[in-house]
Amino acid sequence: MPSDRFVQGEMLMRILVWSAVAAFALMGAGVADAQQAQTPRKGGVIRMTAPYAASFGSLDPQATPRAQDDIVNKAIHRTLYNWDTANSKLVLELAKSVSVSDDGLVYTYKLRDDAYFHNGRKMTADDIIYSYTRIMDGKKGYPGARYIRLIKGATDVEKGTAKEISGLRKIDDYTLEITITDRVDPGYYLFSGSTAILPKEEAEKPDFASHPVGLGPFKFKEHIPGSRVVMERFDKFYKPGKPYADRLEVLIMAEAAARDVAFRNKEIDTSILGPAQYVAYRADPQLAKGILEVPEMFTRSIQFNLADGGAKPFKDKRVRQAFNLAIDSDLIIKRLVKDKAYRAVSWLPPSSASFDKTMKPYAHDPEKAKKLLAEAGYPNGFEFELTTSQNESWGMPIVEAIMPMLAKVGIKIKPKLVEVTVLTEIAMKGEHQAYIGSSLTGPDSLATLRCYYSKTPRTACNYTGFSSPAFDKLLDEAGQTGDMAKRTDLLKQANNVLYDEAPVWFFNYNKAVLAHQPWIHGLQANPTEITHQYPEDIWVDATSPAK
Amino acid sequence: MLLVLARRLANVVPTLVAVIALVFLLFSVLPGSFISGMGEDGRTTIDPAVMERMRKEMGLDDPLPERFAKYIAHTAVGDLGKSFRTREPVTYLIGQRIWPSLKLMFAAMAFAIVVGVTLGFLAALRPGSLVDTVSMVAAISGLSLSQFWFGLMLMYLFALTLQWLPSFGYGDGGIMHLILPAIALGVGPMALLARTTRAAVLDVLNADFVRTARSKGMSERRVVEWHVLRNALVLVITIIGLQFGSLMGQAVVVEKLFAWPGVGSLLIDSVFQRDMPAVQGCILLIVLFFLAINTLVDIAYVAIDPRIRYGR
Repeated sequence: MPSDRFVQGEMLMRILVWSAVAAFALMGAGVADAQQAQTPRKGGVIRMTAPYAASFGSLDPQATPRAQDDIVNKAIHRTLYNWDTANSKLVLELAKSVSVSDDGLVYTYKLRDDAYFHNGRKMTADDIIYSYTRIMDGKKGYPGARYIRLIKGATDVEKGTAKEISGLRKIDDYTLEITITDRVDPGYYLFSGSTAILPKEEAEKPDFASHPVGLGPFKFKEHIPGSRVVMERFDKFYKPGKPYADRLEVLIMAEAAARDVAFRNKEIDTSILGPAQYVAYRADPQLAKGILEVPEMFTRSIQFNLADGGAKPFKDKRVRQAFNLAIDSDLIIKRLVKDKAYRAVSWLPPSSASFDKTMKPYAHDPEKAKKLLAEAGYPNGFEFELTTSQNESWGMPIVEAIMPMLAKVGIKIKPKLVEVTVLTEIAMKGEHQAYIGSSLTGPDSLATLRCYYSKTPRTACNYTGFSSPAFDKLLDEAGQTGDMAKRTDLLKQANNVLYDEAPVWFFNYNKAVLAHQPWIHGLQANPTEITHQYPEDIWVDATSPAK
Repeated sequence: MLLVLARRLANVVPTLVAVIALVFLLFSVLPGSFISGMGEDGRTTIDPAVMERMRKEMGLDDPLPERFAKYIAHTAVGDLGKSFRTREPVTYLIGQRIWPSLKLMFAAMAFAIVVGVTLGFLAALRPGSLVDTVSMVAAISGLSLSQFWFGLMLMYLFALTLQWLPSFGYGDGGIMHLILPAIALGVGPMALLARTTRAAVLDVLNADFVRTARSKGMSERRVVEWHVLRNALVLVITIIGLQFGSLMGQAVVVEKLFAWPGVGSLLIDSVFQRDMPAVQGCILLIVLFFLAINTLVDIAYVAIDPRIRYGR
C-alpha cells in the first residue's frame, strides 16, 4: 500500500503535469491567435461607409470627381498610377516599369500583361488610349480632362480638331508611349480616380454607370441607389492572393449621429469621425483602440482677395501678417475643433516633401499685430466682409471664434453666410473680400503652389489674386528643372515666400479620423483622402459579425 | 362620380404647371450651380474649361425663357431630362426610388392610422380618464417631436440597447429594416390623427342624432358603430388624406437619417448639389402624389357621406 505521503506526492505531480499541459496548450492557442491576427484571412465581408452625401453621383469613374464616388470606384477600377500611402509616393499600378526620355517629356510604359477586366478580357495599351480619349470628348464635361490635358494633343481632341491624342502611341499591346507637354511627374495626374482605365465594349453601353466594369479587386454586384453598393471578390485580380474578402459593401451613411449608432452596434466596420465624435471615441477605452488618424492634404484658411474687388487693407503684407498674429489658432484648434486638426504652418501640408520642417507657425502676438497695423496705416483697424459657409471645422463657428480676437487689434468682421455650393462660385468670380474655406493641397506640390502663380487665373484656383515676381520665378524654375531634388528645394523656397507674404490666414491642416472595428485589418492612413482605402489589402478576422 | 373626377383633374393641371414654374424659377435664381458645387467641401478642384463645357452640355448658359420652354415641352411628354450628377434620365432615377418610398409611406401611415385612430377613439369614449390623458400626452409629444431626434432615439433604444432591429439601411427590403423609419415618419401623423379622431368623435357623440339614437334605446355599441364612427370618419379621412399626401415630402429627413433609398434622400442630395432636373422631377412627383391622394379623398367623401355633393 502506498503511503499517504506518496499518494499526496503523486497527486501533486499530476496537478503539476496537467497544469503544465494546460499552460502549454493556452500558450499554443495564444500563439495561434497571434498568428491568426497577423495572417490575412480569406473570406468575410468588409462594410465600409460613404459619409459625404445621401447617394452616389455616378459609378462611371470618369464622369465624377467626387470623393464620395471614389470610395466605390477605388474598389472597382484602377488607374495607371496609384498613391503608396506607406511610403508617401506615387507608384505604377497598371504598368510594371517606365522609362523617361532625357528631356523628361516622353514616358514609355511596360504595361501589366496580367490585368483583366471584370468581363474577362485582358487590358492592353488600346484600353488606356481609349480611356484617355474618352475623357477628352469635347461634347462631354469629363472632370478628368484637366489631367489628361497634360498629354500632347489632348486639347486638339477636346476642341474637336483631332480624333486621336497624338501624344499617345501604342508600341505593342503591352507597351505604351505617352508624350507630355510639361516637365512634371505624370503620376500626379494619372492616379486620379477620374482617369480610370475602362474597357471600351462596356463603357459604351448605355447602362455602364449602373453596371460598371473595371480592373479593380472587386467586381460590381448590386447598387441600391441611396443605400449601398455591393461588390464581390474578383478572382483574376492581378495581385496574387488578393483581395482577401469575399464581399465589399459600401454603405451610404451621410448622418454622423446615425453612423455613430451603427458603428457602436457593430453594423459597420469603419466610420469617419467629426470633432464631437472624435472626443467621445477618444474618451472611450474600447473605441479609442480603433482610431486611425492622418494629416490629410487639405489646408483650411481665410483667403484674402488681393485684387481690386477686395478690401484695400489686405493689399498690404503687414496687414495680412498682423491678421495671422492676432488670432490664437492653437486655442481654436484645441477648444473648438477638439484637436481634430493640425496647426497650419504655411500652405503646403507636412506630408509634402517641400514642407520646411524648420518653419514655425505665426505666433499669437496681438501687440505685434497692432504695431504692424499701425505701420501699415491702420492704427484703429478696419472692417471687412468675410464670406463663410456653415461648416463646423472651417465655417461660421470658426468665424465666430476669431471675431473677438481680431476685434482686440481693431479688425472687425462682417460675416456673410452662404451655402458651401456657392462658396467656390463666389471665390471664382472674386465677389468676396475674404472667404474661409478648405483647399486641396497635395499631393502634387507644384500644382498646389501654382494656385498662387500670377498667371494662374482666378477661375482656375488663384482665388486670392496673389502676384509675386519672386514667387513666380521660383515656380518657373521648379517647373523647368528635371532634377527632382532641386525642384523640391525650389518649391520649399516658394512655400516660404507664401508664408512671409501671407496671402491667407494659415489656420489648420485637416486631421482625418477613421474609426474602425477591431476585426478589420489592413486599413491605411491615406493622406489624400482617408475614406479612399485599398480594398485589396483589407481583411476581416473571424470575429467579424458580418456574414 | 365621373363628373367629380373630371373637375378635380381639371384643377390638377393648372396647379401642376404653377408648381413646375415656381420650382424652375426658384432654382434658376438661387446662387450656385451644380458645377460650382462639385468642389464638394474643398475636396475636389474643377478645371474652369471643364466647367465651361459642362455648363454648355447641361444647357445652363441658355437664356432662362428658352430653358423654361424646353423644360415644359419635355415634361409634357413625360421626359424629365437627365440628371446632372449621374447623367441618367430623371425618370429612371425616380423609378429606382419610388418603391422604397411608397413602402415607407404606407408603413408609416399604417402605423399612424392604427395607433392614432385607436388612441383618439379610446380617449373620446372616456374623456377625462387616464386613457384620455395618456393618449393626448402621447399625441402632443408626437406632434412636438423632431423626426430627426425621435429617429435617433429609436435607433438607440431598439438597435443599440435592445438589439432588436437594425439601426439603418434597406437590407434586403424586408420588414425588419422598415420598422424604425416607419415609426419615425409616422409619429407626426399618428399624433395628429389621435387628436383629430378624439375631437371628431366627441363632437359627434354630443350631436342631436346620437342623443335621439340613445333615447330610442339603441345599445351604446350600436350607437358608436352605426352613427358615431361613420360620421366622425369624414374628418379623420380628410386628415389621413392630407397627411398621406404630404408624407413623401416629409420623408426627406427620415430617409437621410436611416439611409433609406427613397425619393426624399434623392431630393435632398439633388438640392444640395443643385442637380436641377432631379430636383424638379422629385418635386413634381411629390406634388403629383399630393394632388392624387387629395382627389381620392374628395371622391371618398362622396362614398362615405351621401349628403356631400360637389358643384351643387
